[in-house]
Amino acid sequence: MRGYRLWLVVIVLVTVVCGWISLPSNPGIHLDWNDDGDYSDPFEMNKDLKVVQGLDLQGGSRVLLRAALDSDQYDDSTMDQAVKRIERRVNGLGVSEAVVQKQEGGRIIVELPGVSQQEVAFNAIKSTGLLEFVDFSTAGSIPEGTCVLTTEQVKIAEARLAEGETAQAYSDYTCEGQTADAPADSAQLQSDGTPFQTIMTGAGLADAAAANIGTVTLSWAVNFVLRDNGEGVDNFVNFVASHANQNMAIILDGRLVSAPTIQSDLASAAAAGTMDSGIITGNFTRDEAEVLAAQLKYGSLPIPLDIIAFDTIGPTLGEISVDRSIRAGIVGVITVLMFMLIYYRIPGIAADLALILFALINFALFKFIPVTLSLPAIIGFLISIGTAVDGNILIFERMKEELRNGRTMDRAIDAGFDRAWTSIRDSNLSTIIICFILYFFGSAFGASAVRGFAITLGMGLVINLFTAVIATRTFLHTMVLLVGGQLRARPRLLGV
Amino acid sequence: MFQFAQRRKYYFLLSASVIIPGIIAMIISTITYNSPIRLSIDFTGGTIAEFSFIDNVGEQQIRDGLANFGLDDIIVQRLDPISTDEISSDVALEPAGSRWQIRMDNLTDERLNELKAYLQENVSPFWSPQSETEDPLREAAITTSSVSPTVGREVTRAALLATLAVAVIILFFIVWAFRRIPHAFRYGACAIVAMFHDILVTMGVMSILGLLFDWEADALFLTAILTVVGYSVQDSIVVFDRIRENIPKYRGESYDTVVNRSVLETIHRSLATQLNAIFVLIAILLFGGETIQQFIGILLIGMISGTYSSIFNAVPLLISWEKGEIPFVNREAKRRRQEELTVAP
Repeated sequence: MRGYRLWLVVIVLVTVVCGWISLPSNPGIHLDWNDDGDYSDPFEMNKDLKVVQGLDLQGGSRVLLRAALDSDQYDDSTMDQAVKRIERRVNGLGVSEAVVQKQEGGRIIVELPGVSQQEVAFNAIKSTGLLEFVDFSTAGSIPEGTCVLTTEQVKIAEARLAEGETAQAYSDYTCEGQTADAPADSAQLQSDGTPFQTIMTGAGLADAAAANIGTVTLSWAVNFVLRDNGEGVDNFVNFVASHANQNMAIILDGRLVSAPTIQSDLASAAAAGTMDSGIITGNFTRDEAEVLAAQLKYGSLPIPLDIIAFDTIGPTLGEISVDRSIRAGIVGVITVLMFMLIYYRIPGIAADLALILFALINFALFKFIPVTLSLPAIIGFLISIGTAVDGNILIFERMKEELRNGRTMDRAIDAGFDRAWTSIRDSNLSTIIICFILYFFGSAFGASAVRGFAITLGMGLVINLFTAVIATRTFLHTMVLLVGGQLRARPRLLGV
Repeated sequence: MFQFAQRRKYYFLLSASVIIPGIIAMIISTITYNSPIRLSIDFTGGTIAEFSFIDNVGEQQIRDGLANFGLDDIIVQRLDPISTDEISSDVALEPAGSRWQIRMDNLTDERLNELKAYLQENVSPFWSPQSETEDPLREAAITTSSVSPTVGREVTRAALLATLAVAVIILFFIVWAFRRIPHAFRYGACAIVAMFHDILVTMGVMSILGLLFDWEADALFLTAILTVVGYSVQDSIVVFDRIRENIPKYRGESYDTVVNRSVLETIHRSLATQLNAIFVLIAILLFGGETIQQFIGILLIGMISGTYSSIFNAVPLLISWEKGEIPFVNREAKRRRQEELTVAP
């Protein structure tokens, strides 16, 4: 008995802490003892406490991308680069809390909370970078990967200038580092200090594909098709016609991809006006040719990516789901509270208090961990409420039996708890095990709804072991302490 | 005392009367759709979209519109239009005319955008609670989801793995939970029979609903089944736990009587627990919105079946086993018992 005084203190403490965390106006925990604005020192903590809503509740888009190349044609670092690029673009959209995550098997998950207009979301992810065909007739030999400044880049940069700003000097242009943490490179200029001349951008291309051109040796090339009346196509054809045997560079996002030589037969075809496609040869391996074709076609992502699954949820639908699940939750909880009260009377009050504590602890943990609350996650929580009382029911039924068998009240309470414990433990365990399995099943993209359900249901079952057993028992003993005399006189109050 | 165990033939009969139509439905479904229950895009790949229209559009209009767009093999379902008092909106709102769910083959995102533009132009403009500047594409009340067949196959594989894992682990768990009573294996086997009963009932009902109302099993359906399995085992354990406790307590009584007593002692708990779970599920069913109604409905059926099967199938089966009534399993035991009888006098 005396042990329960201690438990009562623990329960009150838990209630206060969880109640404080659950407050809608909770400011979060920001401990910065030495006021250095940095939270990394020992015993310091910086944590916002707020409900994290899943995409299905706040609206938004979720996209699963997959590398459109075989796994031996790219490596992990290229994937990392692709992730970085997408992150930068997504941040450009001004989305807060966007997630860009690399996954096994050349996949990337992008989550854009609040962006529920599919076109906007996807264009940001898939948008191609700047592909240029550049006059390299005056350039010496420049290695691939070099940062090269062109007239088109300057034009774009200057178009972005706000009124009153002055254009930067050619020598100040840079390209972003080639690996995620390399410093920026300064741009290569023509020998006279001016940018290289852009002939056509990627907008003039309709298609590109790798092709095997060797008859004896396996040699690969890239075929490309010009777009009818595409922007800059005339310019391109004219340039090819007049620059046989000279170099033309392919530049992607400011970096030299390749600088092939214009073959004389292509030049004569262009001069005759019959050129609508072309071929880039250069002793490519198959992989190199495919990567170049993909770059011509898809633009600047280091790896072409296909969208293999996507969800978009309008904000209105999310709002309705939140509304409805709150309403369902309230009705469900009140019904359960009423049932326990009517059916078990005084012990029912203890169970109801325990149930409220149960909900409070759950909600506080949702905010603290934080658990992303999607619709299935809320359902999992509600179902765990329905069964949270199972422990109490097992105990109370047992207690009633013991009372009927003539035990005294205090002995009956203890016997009820002790005898019911094995049932509660074993039966909850089976569902907890299943929650674990569901959690792993939910790691597949298409089944991710399952994960939220498994987390909240599993959490509920574990917390239930504390509230249904320890908390209820403490409450019941406390009540006996307070109104024990009346209870002994009227066993009806115990539901017998 | 209510002689619960004597009526066991009727209990099995009642189970059969639910399971057999379900099995027939699964056979029909396998013939028509190549799968015992109709599978959603989560498993097969495909696109599902919910559109809110300003006008009250009829099913034929939707079908015609989609056919003209080039989509024939579709399932359309009318949903309740969004009611304006459920949402906060800055715009003076006309109520939405109609809301439709459309399930079709996998569309690329470009094609889906074309479809949206096409519908807005040829069927009805989309309804949106947001103003023109906030939502120029009128997509605030729309949801779309698209899964490629590759991803669908992966989900299917993950689902099979999860089911297998559950079966194996639960089997071990039951054997472990009952390691200390005689014939632990019997209890395990009976709990598992009850579990399969619940799986068959839920799948059968799902299959029937699939044939009648185009219900499709998605990842959440599998979740419902596995959750039901968890609770079914939980129910069986509670009853068995009581039998385990009562056997040494009432040594003089026959096995039937002890089991009967145990069931009656736990039936209050089973019903009270079940009732609470049902309260919550019904509250979600009524107020939770239609996107999760199928999930909750299946869960509800499964939970009821779970309680029924542990009391009215698992336990009677245990008695039948003890009495040697189960064909094949009991043949050996019966023979031995008869030998004993002939030898004894």
